[in-house]
Amino acid sequence: MSLFHVTRRSLMATGTALALTFGAFAGAQAQTPPGVLIVGQIAEPKALDPAAVTAVNDFRILMNVYDGLVRYKDGTLEVEPALAESWEISEDGTVYTFKLRDGITFHDGSAFNAEAVKFNFDRMLNEEHPYHDTGPFPLAFFFSSVESTEVVDDLTVRFTLNGPYAPFLSNLAYPTGLIVSPAAVEQHGADIGRNPSGTGPFTFGEWRSNEAVVIEANPDYWDGAPELQAVVFRPITDANTRTAEMLAGGIDLMVEVPPVALSEFQGDAYTVHEQAGPHVWFLILNAKEGPFADVRVRQAANYAVNKEALVNDVLEGTAAVAAGPTPPAFAWAYNPDLEPYPYDPEKARALIAEAGAEGAQLTFFVTEGGSGMLDPIAMGTAIQADLEAVGFDVTIETYEWNTFLGEVNPGLEGKADMAEMAWMTNDPDTLPFLALRTEAWPDQGGFNSGYYSNPEVDTLLEAARVATDQDERARLYKEMQVIVQEDAPWVFVANWKQNAVTSDKVENFALQPSFFLLLDEVVKN
Amino acid sequence: MTGYILKRLVSAIPVLLGITIIVFLIMAMIPGDPATAILGSYATPENVEKLNRDLGLDKPLFQQYIIWLGNMLTGDFGTSFALNRPVLDEVLERFNGTLVLAGTAFVLCSFLGVVAGVVSAANQYGAADKVITFVVLLGISIPSFFLGMMMILFFAVNLRWFPVSGMWPIYGDRTIGVLLSHLAMPATALAVVATGVIARLSRSAMLEVLRQDFIRTARAKGVHERGVIWRHALKAAMVSILPVLGIQAGFVLSGAVYIEIVFQWPGVGRMLVDAILKRDILLVQGGVVFVAACYVMFNIAVDVAQSLLDPRIKT
Repeated sequence: MSLFHVTRRSLMATGTALALTFGAFAGAQAQTPPGVLIVGQIAEPKALDPAAVTAVNDFRILMNVYDGLVRYKDGTLEVEPALAESWEISEDGTVYTFKLRDGITFHDGSAFNAEAVKFNFDRMLNEEHPYHDTGPFPLAFFFSSVESTEVVDDLTVRFTLNGPYAPFLSNLAYPTGLIVSPAAVEQHGADIGRNPSGTGPFTFGEWRSNEAVVIEANPDYWDGAPELQAVVFRPITDANTRTAEMLAGGIDLMVEVPPVALSEFQGDAYTVHEQAGPHVWFLILNAKEGPFADVRVRQAANYAVNKEALVNDVLEGTAAVAAGPTPPAFAWAYNPDLEPYPYDPEKARALIAEAGAEGAQLTFFVTEGGSGMLDPIAMGTAIQADLEAVGFDVTIETYEWNTFLGEVNPGLEGKADMAEMAWMTNDPDTLPFLALRTEAWPDQGGFNSGYYSNPEVDTLLEAARVATDQDERARLYKEMQVIVQEDAPWVFVANWKQNAVTSDKVENFALQPSFFLLLDEVVKN
Repeated sequence: MTGYILKRLVSAIPVLLGITIIVFLIMAMIPGDPATAILGSYATPENVEKLNRDLGLDKPLFQQYIIWLGNMLTGDFGTSFALNRPVLDEVLERFNGTLVLAGTAFVLCSFLGVVAGVVSAANQYGAADKVITFVVLLGISIPSFFLGMMMILFFAVNLRWFPVSGMWPIYGDRTIGVLLSHLAMPATALAVVATGVIARLSRSAMLEVLRQDFIRTARAKGVHERGVIWRHALKAAMVSILPVLGIQAGFVLSGAVYIEIVFQWPGVGRMLVDAILKRDILLVQGGVVFVAACYVMFNIAVDVAQSLLDPRIKT
């Protein structure tokens, strides 16, 4: 006992001595200043040029500095006016005419007008444009249907598409459609990514590489000045370190909390936010060859996997069970009558017996990580156990993410029977159109790596893409979901709920289903 | 001496050239390309091909290598795909961070390690020797990243003595005190293992020297024991301790990767890990070549220092 006492005291003494030696520990340990929100991000951004970046991490900053012609209505994935006051769509769905808001200036003082809009889209899409070389613009294909952009008058701009393309408006709401100041591009060229100028609620302050990006309130914001004075985005790659920073008070808002760390934030000092997004986690099944060529075996796999256990135990409740190919976050296009395949190993065994696939050997591609993949190894192992419980013989092959994409995207034929996959999209059209149509087989440049083919689904998806009426589109997508669920080209597993933690000094914060971070209403005490 | 240094410098050229070839080939051969990494879910063959063309990755490998090497010789390391800034700017800035961290850790582990080793040897099998040996073995056995995480939990989250991560605070002046408070935990965590190794090897080097005739002579002529140990013996033992320090310097530099990740330290190790995952080819290549060149120079410096200490080593 006395030994313990001495040891503890000397330990404290040593520790204090150390702390005194390193002295001057003011600053970082102090509370973060009021009016300034410090956000723990997952990585250093690539650039603050919306046309040039692809990562959600960068979008989280961009959405606060720039505006698009349209944006998602708060808490939904439905489009509402932003820089455009209103718009008209021609009868055949190929001409979109936008009426722009008057009197808006970019942060650099130049005027926002129809010329500026045309400049932005020409810069991305027209190889002849003098500033096309400030790219590359990896997501320019979001607007590949745009044939021309014309200035009708100073506040009217007209897009002509090469055919009807219903997702056009929601693509405009995506960060790739955010409007950059042409004057800033002319001044900085390719360095616009480090000298951003938009029309958004915050103006760019400074970017200290590997430390922080600082944005400051724009008092003249057309939609009302933000409450905060400034926002600091800190890149903290390691999730444990991010958690520790949050616990130590070094940051006020933390995104992408690891499921296992959520329990640390149960007290009154923190608020945990959750929001289901347009994300779906699934298993691609090889419908071309092997056991999964039989629809009964594909359905059996859907019955055999215990999705409840996956979302509750492996993912600690950070996801919900997926019913079909379309995430519920697309409220208007989601079919609420769809029930997820129940966990029913008996039924799975019966279906397998019916198909004569008892003891079938399956090769299962699993990734080590990757965007939107959640906890792929743990999930893969749990799925393997579930499938073996109903009589399959499952071999897992694990790949690093980029290698994994290189194996899976060209198609599973001759390589595997199933593979993990996850998608996050901004429109209900994107994923099924790119990954479920017959014309989206890998040899035709799509992502249908499991070779699913159903002419009915093809027809529905083609029709939904050219329909301009949202109710009509919704009807087509809902019908598609019923058929796809029945055909079971995938095992539908989970819809990820994005999470974030705020300290008790932060008010009015809410996550968006778009997964963007909108901070103009947030208050920090 | 000048001739020896020149000879060593010239012999470094083929080594560096070999490194450029190896790192280039590795990056060319590992599966996955930057376009796929950038596009993620949207990596259709068509999009990948277009982006690779925009990034200049559609040329034959040999040509890409020659262009890269030629540019590098003129001081142009290219632009990082993932960070959209010149590779050299990023590498120099990050290398500075690593030097501050690894340099502090190196000073710490060299000083503590040698002192512990000498004290151990002077009291062979005594109480001090046993305590030091125990502590040292404990230190060698704890993985540095684990130690780092535990330090964060205890000293930063619970006691709030030190900041959790980073090199500088977001606000406030950049004083040396502030830097030290950020450095304390990562430098200590990084130094622990190397301290142990240096202590063990200094101990055996000292024991060997202490058995030699000139030590007996020194004692016989009445030199104070402290003078015998610290002046006569340590100076002789330094010849075998110095190369250990050289090796440990390399160890501390490479071990910094884990510590940089745990403490979010803006160093070159974490930069390389991120760059590899993002297939940021030019950043990986430029970073590796730069670090390798530093290693080679450092080794030459150690060899030269050793030949200065021990005139027998001269080739």
